[in-house]
Formats: sequence, C-alpha cells, structure tokens
Amino acid sequence: MRVSVVVVGGGPAGLAMSRRLVHVGVDHVVLERGEVVNSWRRERWDSLRLLTPNWMTQLPGHSYDGADPDGFMTAAEAVAFFDRYRRRFDPPLLTHVTVLSARRTATGFAVVTDAGHWECDAVVAATGASSQPRVPSVAADWPRHIEQATALEYRRPSQFDREGQVLVVGASASGVQIADELRRGGHDVTIAVGEHIRVPRAYRGRDIYWWMDAIGQLDERYDEVDDIDRARRHASVQVVGNDESRDLDLNALHRSGVRIAGRVMAVAGNRAQCSGGLASLVANADLKQARLLGRIDEFVSASGLDDEVGPATMPGPTRLDRVATELDLGHFSTVVWATGYRPTYHWLDPAAFGRQHKVVHDGGVARLPGLYLMGLPFMRRRRSNLIGGMQFDAADLAGHLRGYLDDVARSRTMRPSKVGSGRPGQQRLARAMDDVLDGTRAAD
Amino acid sequence: MTRTDTPTVDNGVNIEALRGARQALTDAPEAAQFQWQASCEWVKGTHSRSTITDFSGLGQQHTHRQPFAIEADHPQVFASEDNGATPPEIVLAALASCLTAGVATVATNRGVQLRSVKATIKGGMDLQGILGIDGDVRNGFDSITVTYDIDADVSRADLEAIIAQSQKRSAVFDIVTNPTTVNVALA
Repeated sequence: MRVSVVVVGGGPAGLAMSRRLVHVGVDHVVLERGEVVNSWRRERWDSLRLLTPNWMTQLPGHSYDGADPDGFMTAAEAVAFFDRYRRRFDPPLLTHVTVLSARRTATGFAVVTDAGHWECDAVVAATGASSQPRVPSVAADWPRHIEQATALEYRRPSQFDREGQVLVVGASASGVQIADELRRGGHDVTIAVGEHIRVPRAYRGRDIYWWMDAIGQLDERYDEVDDIDRARRHASVQVVGNDESRDLDLNALHRSGVRIAGRVMAVAGNRAQCSGGLASLVANADLKQARLLGRIDEFVSASGLDDEVGPATMPGPTRLDRVATELDLGHFSTVVWATGYRPTYHWLDPAAFGRQHKVVHDGGVARLPGLYLMGLPFMRRRRSNLIGGMQFDAADLAGHLRGYLDDVARSRTMRPSKVGSGRPGQQRLARAMDDVLDGTRAAD
Repeated sequence: MTRTDTPTVDNGVNIEALRGARQALTDAPEAAQFQWQASCEWVKGTHSRSTITDFSGLGQQHTHRQPFAIEADHPQVFASEDNGATPPEIVLAALASCLTAGVATVATNRGVQLRSVKATIKGGMDLQGILGIDGDVRNGFDSITVTYDIDADVSRADLEAIIAQSQKRSAVFDIVTNPTTVNVALA
C-alpha cells in the first residue's frame, strides 16, 4: 500500500498531526495499535485527571466546550473528547494495526505492520512520550518479597496488599498523586524524593497553568533555552487536577501522613539506601517556585492586573522532619516506580538514533530525512507534550513536511533515472532542510 | 543568559575553558573518565601522611604541579599527639572546598562578581558509634550543616540559587550524601 505519510500513533499527537496534514493537502494514514487514544483508555489509573484545566484541551479545530472550563477532566472524559473529534473529522485512521518497523529506503520509508506493508515518503512518530515506564536499575536487586508495579500499571489503592508498607519512588506528578491516593486509601506510604518541581495549584486566584500560559512560559521555544537537554528531562510538576485548588507538594503529603525519604540510591538485601541530599533538592525546588511566582507578579504589575487578581501570597517553605537515609524493606510489601516514562521507538530505523539511544532531531524534524516526531516534552515548545500544545507543533511540522514532500517530488521529476540511487536528491534535501531550519541545530 | 555572553566579572575562574571542556567531553565521553588517587603512609600512632601526585583523565596520565601532602592525626583528648587534623575534619574541609569552588564557578557563569566567600561547616558525631558502644549509632556524621557568608552585589535569592546549583554539581556533596562502593583489600 502506498501513501505519502504514515503517522504512527492515533493518540492526541497523531490526531493533531493528521488534521494539519489535511490542512496542507498531504495524503496520509494514521496507524494505531489499539483503539483511538488507546493509552488513555487502557493505561491510566481510575481516578486520573488531567494536570491542565479543561479550557486548555484543544485539538486543531476542536476545543473543550463543556460546562466546566476550569475543571480537570478524567481519563474517560478525555477519551470521550477524542472520540467526538474522530466522529467529527473522520481522520484516515486504521485501528488495531501495530507498526513493527519503519525503515528508510532509497525512495522513502518501508513500514511493516501486522496488517500489511506501507510505502511512504515520510513518517511521523506520534506514539507519545509516555508509552513505557522508566525503572531504575536498582529494581533488579530489589528484595523478591516486594510486589513491584510501575505508574503505568497503577490503577487503585485496593490493588495492593494493605499489610505491609508501600514505597512510592519518584515525586513528580505521578508519584505524588499515587502516594497521596494510596495514603487516603489507608496504606502506610513512604515516598522517595529525588529532583522535583514544586508549584502551587493556584496562585492569586488563577490556576498555575493559566499563569504559565499568560506569561508566555508555555510558548518558550526549544532553541531559546540555555540547556534544552536538561529542560526536556524535567520532571512533571507536583500538581493534581482537583476542584478545591489544593496543592500536592511535599508539605501536603507530609501533613497527610506520607513519610518522606531521599532518592533511592542503592539496595543491599533488605536495606534501601536513600540520598542524604534531599534538603538540597527541596531548597532548589522552593527557589524555582519562588522564581516562577516572581515572574507572575512582574507580569501582573506590567499588565495592570493587580485589581483583578488576588494578593501575592507566597507558599511557605518545604518543611521536612528528619529524613531517613535508610529504609528497612522487610516492612514493605509494595514498591511503585513512578520514576518517569519514555517513548517506544523500537520499531524505528536504527539510523534515526544517536547518543544515549535517543532519536536525533531538531525541534521534531529528525536528522533522518523524512522522519518527524510529535508529542515529546519541550520538543518545540514548553507546551509540546500538553494535549493543547500539540496543534502548534503539528502546524509547524506539517508545513515543513509539505515542503519536504515537494522537494522529494521535484527530485524525482528532475532526475527520473536517479530515483533509485537517491543520493543527489538527499543532498539537495539536506540543503533545503538546512535553509528551513536556519542552521539552528539542537543536541538530541 | 546565553552561551554567547562574555562575563564581565573576574572571580579567577576560566569559564570559557570550562564551557569548552563540557562541549568537548560531550562528544568524547571516554575522555571524561578520570581516576583520582592518593597514597597514605603511616607515621606513628594515629598520625599518617597522605601524598597526592598523579591522576589520570582525558585519556592519559597527569602529575600535579607539585606533590601535595595532607597530615592526619587524632587530638590530645583522644590520647593522641594532634600532628594533623582528624580525617572527618578533612572530609568537612573537602566538602566545603568543593562547594566553594562550585560557588565561584556558578557565580562566574552567571556574571556575578564575588568579593568574599566563607563557609562554616559543622558535623555532629556520636562517638558511641566508632567506639562500638551502641550498635544503633553510625560511625559517621549524623548530619552536616554548611553556612555560607557571601559578599557580592546580588540579592539573597540570587546567592541562594548559586549555592543550590553548586550543591547540584558538587562531587564531594554527592560523595558525602550518597552511597559509594568502597573495596579495601590486602595487596
């Protein structure tokens, strides 16, 4: 089967890209291994709600129009939103098709699926940033009596044994939410905290994401940031979608009885060794929070919003009691690794990868010609991995892709006898790409 | 702050060289593998002398400009002769030194001119640990506090941020706060 573009992944990223490809007149197919927005149906815990308020949930031409714009939709409501999108726009979507490999050929890409082969000129990898969990290597040495689960496998407090203690490893959004819910569900919970980002749910009467949007932080570009690699590795913020504007930082966890430990560094038998450097990370997180809220205050003054918003009340510092540097795992029955996620690119041409087995790209345009990425953290903008952020990246990349396909078509017309070798065409394409990218090259 | 900023401050840190090194080592991780070493010779009693001369890294052996010696001993209240600082005190000095070098480097990177920087570092230790009196007491420090006194023309928040970044990238801070595998054997 032949098509100009294969979009791999029928989640928000793939759907956003599809809409923009239609807009620029590019024929394509979207291949989804399960149901549309599969991960949102199958791989989220029961109580999960989006981190961002409903008004931010947007795909191209399709925004949240429900009765609760400042609320936070559940996974099921997000699925319903995407189902309505699909019915409305009828994207060229094939479900229950798993892509097994996508390899560059002399003329484009060969995509092998469990339902047939596709040939295409370009591939968009839109399988999401969170398809697989990251689990630290120390998990391999963990005592065998402890049940291990990742954040992707977590569903509800009742799934774990209530007899022993639960250790939640990781204190970004998933970690703090899971620890909080397990504690409310009656478990004895310890959370091991490494680097984390603390923000209040609301500040001066508005949601923190409203502010991050208003001050332009979510629009910050990948090529404007000092250390984009580090920015892309940032943990997600310690917030939870809720209707009471309650915070979910370490102070809140501590108040509800969750024990705090430092980052898990090593395990020996039943002894888990935790870092003694937590105070440093906590000081750092408090400083960064203060910096963000200070930026917001400056924006309020500069925009004359002082009369419209609440007073600038800074959250108190994070107060920790004596933090244990050692845990006796003999008392624990469960560990939940909330230690991050990564995309699933095992099907991608090995030539796409560079250092540390990451796909080499510049703002989503891969170094491998004809390959594009979508939905990764800070891929092009700080909002790149937010549902409402994907439409902007999709517009940029669809435009770039349109230009790339035009070049491919021109190179075929100009040198029909050389279509097989592809090399001069690739050089021309490489130069064309350099022009479009303005010579800006970010590290992978 | 962008990479093209030329610092107008002089804290004695060659920030351009450090940035260049970081870039070069990103592309050649094998050159980033260093090994530090010291040789320690017993003098008498609890008095020993450590000498530091050679190290390896960037794919080759290096020698310090001159050999450095560090004396260590126990104090008279330990019925010893006080010929040098105690090893735990030397560790405190190492931590303070590493953090202070970091403060100077981070300040320079951020265009902050330092006039003076002084760290006071203290570590509590319950001797029932090393004396084997109480099995629940550890041999090492129960905790360490470091207090920085910095004279520079920036806000308190900026100085706190510099100190925070220094900890983040400090070798000895990591050595002291996190487990490190140590193997001791007879030759």
